[in-house]
Amino acid sequence: MTKKRLGVFKFASCDGCQLQLLSCEDELLELADTIEIAHFLEATSLIQEGPFDIALVEGSITTPADVERIRHIRQQSKILVAIGACASSGGIQALRNWADHHEFIAAVYASPQYINTLATSTSIADHVSVDFELRGCPIDKHQLLEVLAAMIADRVPRTPRHSVCMECKRRGTVCIAVTKHLPCLGPVTQAGCGAICPAYDRPCYGCFGPAAQANCKTLSEHYLAGDTTETVMIHALRNMSAAANVFQIESDRIESRQPQDKT
Amino acid sequence: MTSERKITVNALTRVEGEGALHVRVSGDRIENVRLAIYEPPRFFEAFLRGRAIEEVPDITARICGICPVAYQMTSVHAIEKALGIKIDPGIRRLRRLLYCGEWIESHVLHMFMLNAPDFFDCHSGIELAARFPDRVNNGLRIKKIGNRLLEILGGRAIHPVNVRIGGFYHLPTRDELQSQLPDLRWAFKSAIDSARWISGIEFPEFNVDCELVALQHNDEYPMNEGVIASTRYPAIDVDQYEDHFGEHHVEHSTALQSVRRDGQTPYFLGPLSRLELNHTQLSAAAKQLLETDCPPLPMRNRFHSIIARSVEVVHALEEAIELIETYSPPNEPFAPYVARAGAGCAATEAPRGMIYHHYEINDDGTVASSKIVPPTSQNQLQIESDLLAYLPRWLNESDEKIAAEAEKLIRNYDPCISCSTHFLTLTMERS
Repeated sequence: MTKKRLGVFKFASCDGCQLQLLSCEDELLELADTIEIAHFLEATSLIQEGPFDIALVEGSITTPADVERIRHIRQQSKILVAIGACASSGGIQALRNWADHHEFIAAVYASPQYINTLATSTSIADHVSVDFELRGCPIDKHQLLEVLAAMIADRVPRTPRHSVCMECKRRGTVCIAVTKHLPCLGPVTQAGCGAICPAYDRPCYGCFGPAAQANCKTLSEHYLAGDTTETVMIHALRNMSAAANVFQIESDRIESRQPQDKT
Repeated sequence: MTSERKITVNALTRVEGEGALHVRVSGDRIENVRLAIYEPPRFFEAFLRGRAIEEVPDITARICGICPVAYQMTSVHAIEKALGIKIDPGIRRLRRLLYCGEWIESHVLHMFMLNAPDFFDCHSGIELAARFPDRVNNGLRIKKIGNRLLEILGGRAIHPVNVRIGGFYHLPTRDELQSQLPDLRWAFKSAIDSARWISGIEFPEFNVDCELVALQHNDEYPMNEGVIASTRYPAIDVDQYEDHFGEHHVEHSTALQSVRRDGQTPYFLGPLSRLELNHTQLSAAAKQLLETDCPPLPMRNRFHSIIARSVEVVHALEEAIELIETYSPPNEPFAPYVARAGAGCAATEAPRGMIYHHYEINDDGTVASSKIVPPTSQNQLQIESDLLAYLPRWLNESDEKIAAEAEKLIRNYDPCISCSTHFLTLTMERS
């Protein structure tokens, strides 16, 4: 059997998700025997052309050139997998979507005329068809290995869509939303991280984006009825997955009823 | 030769993040070197405004997936300075342990996966592993042990969740940390062996004097605090940083370039600078390794950076073992504080060099403004200046060869381009 060809590509991001591939210390060399790493700038100076059987795409689309580049990658790739919160929802840099991006450029750069970016940071699926989205900020390396194994075997990856709450229960962590009244996003956030934050005595802050059938409105109304302020709730939703559909709808809903409470 | 040559490396490889290099050559002279950071800007300093200070370490971690600890911890130190928060010595020791974890995993990744392949004509760490399976496998195992420290202390290795202003959300137990001692002791021995192997590599020669800058501390090898020391200027306190170092926005780069204000000159950060300015503070085994197996100080050959990195890995492992052996959990995981208006700055040592943050805080505990100066934007001008000096020896070679040699030099700085938020493609123009 000929090896499948893998391409790893980066758009606006921190590099953390593709780094998870190099963090597979026990599996990396075996993986390199199983699959042909044809394009992976961070790992190899041997740059090969497409087509690719599997493309892993990290990062969000933020420049006019990126809009063209992702189309080219899509055309060359049989299966395209978006990895991480940036690729699946625009990432933390999507916070610009709520701001005046010219003001943002002027706030950071002395010569704004040298900077060429789009007003928004958007997901890969906003531009091309995506075959699978692997969530997380960062993605979990075991889930990444599952996705690669599935793609190599031509099967569907098994990654749960349920909420972080399920992982907390399995881990035996006492619920901090119930016992400490902390605005934990676990009930509306997709599992995958292993429910780390509650186990470390802090509320979940939504790294893996919305879970299936997330009821954000009920959850935020519950927290807002307690000690949580609108600003805290809006900011909790506007983090790494700020522009993920249901998180965005809910943060905008809270903001619109509190027009003076701008973020 | 009178024709113009323009050599371009469109995408630098085995570096973190994306950038390009453009070189213009006229006859036998290099006219211009431009390190282009085309990593799209992500505007962290802009969207931090208005966020609660408690959210800052989670946000700044996202600047870089390879050294998130350096980003989140530098912001935490700066905010603590602004609020005058006193840190328990036990918490301080755990913070050093967190830095040890990040130095180990980031350095070993760079040594075996990104940098060492250059010295054996390999394209990747995976090719290197086919030639030296035991060396690379041991390297990967050391990296995993560094990551494990981050997982215990931080919850996870990339974007740890346990760092907060005043300390940690949750303290590790003595048993959790001590269970790592057998692995750490193996890694310590293996890292000494790796460092000896690395220092035996035949390196290209490139010795050019330059200003070395690093934190310096009276009692310890610098990680999270110290004065800013230099081989050319008197040491300064961190809060004088902006008086002595400035940033320029250049057209070819989304990264701001830093200079020493006096003379507008480049300066060099990273493991070679730390070693030069702090070798007396190395742990016993690292100091002995430096004396018996490494080139004599001062090491100016940029290609010796990998040796300095391997010495620092030994140091970090020895210190981690000591910190864990003597660990007893502090009484409280974090120091209490009251948010108020204020301003504060801090500098710490990311694996690739010194990083500086400055915050202004509103009286309601939100960020009024921030300034983040990553190590790579500070090294950028030094890299360009070094390429100007290094590349002429290769001018009779093909463009491909020149591009490859330029990339090899650049990897010594362990540039972290996503970090620079703002790095690298090679174009070479010859005339």
